[in-house]
Amino acid sequence: MNSFIPLFIVLIAATAFGLWFTRTRGEFRRKKTVNGPKLSPAAIGTELGSRATMVQFSSAFCTPCRATKAILEDMVKTLPDVRYSHIDAESHLELVRQLNILSTPTTLFLNRDGVEVGRAMGTPKRSQVTHALSAIH
Amino acid sequence: MTIDARGPRFSATLTVIVLAIALVTSSVWVIAFQALVFAIGALRGPQFTPYAFIFKKVVKPRLKSTPTTEDVRPPQFAQAVGLVFALTALIGSATGSGVLFTVAVSFALAAAFLNSAFNYCLGCQMYLLLVRATTK
Repeated sequence: MNSFIPLFIVLIAATAFGLWFTRTRGEFRRKKTVNGPKLSPAAIGTELGSRATMVQFSSAFCTPCRATKAILEDMVKTLPDVRYSHIDAESHLELVRQLNILSTPTTLFLNRDGVEVGRAMGTPKRSQVTHALSAIH
Repeated sequence: MTIDARGPRFSATLTVIVLAIALVTSSVWVIAFQALVFAIGALRGPQFTPYAFIFKKVVKPRLKSTPTTEDVRPPQFAQAVGLVFALTALIGSATGSGVLFTVAVSFALAAAFLNSAFNYCLGCQMYLLLVRATTK
């Protein structure tokens, strides 16, 4: 006996998830309390920015990661008080676990003390990056 | 190595159709066929499946969009994930568990649909979690 009910359930649930997923890519999610660990230059591979630092976690073959890197590297050129650091997740698993990185690209936005203010998963639009950085003083 | 990124998305669309048929008809032959396609994609490479062949010969020459390339490994891993679901469905069919069959095909269909409609790559999302879980 043919039943279309499982098919409808799958398509409706998957569509809802797909829409949510697409809409939340690149979205800056601010932490409720800024009380995380201070990430040192040694940990992230560059000096901290005088106002903010963007730390992007990537995987070797992740195509959205390349797009994200291109956007962020370009944006910091015109932001003298912001630094950008790029970290390969697979070779920094202790950091990945400490910061609970679940997928790539994930971009952490740190304040001048190296503490995470928020993060964005997926490739952000430039406006989303600007919005994220405006939250850091 | 890199492949045309539009190929896996076209294959995902065909996969959605085949899995939808499998889900509605509960046909073990349809899911066995899809399992074979997944196996070729996972073991040999996604560019070697019958769907990829159709893409190369029929679809690609007609496409106007500029080809983008991607690393072959995430789509290949995604095919492996699909293979696991399809084999689980076959086990469900062999043991008379209609529930296992339906659930396994449903998950495979959801993943293929998300890839086809939203360019969501389940394998990519799972990859780091798997590395975290399996590495000291």
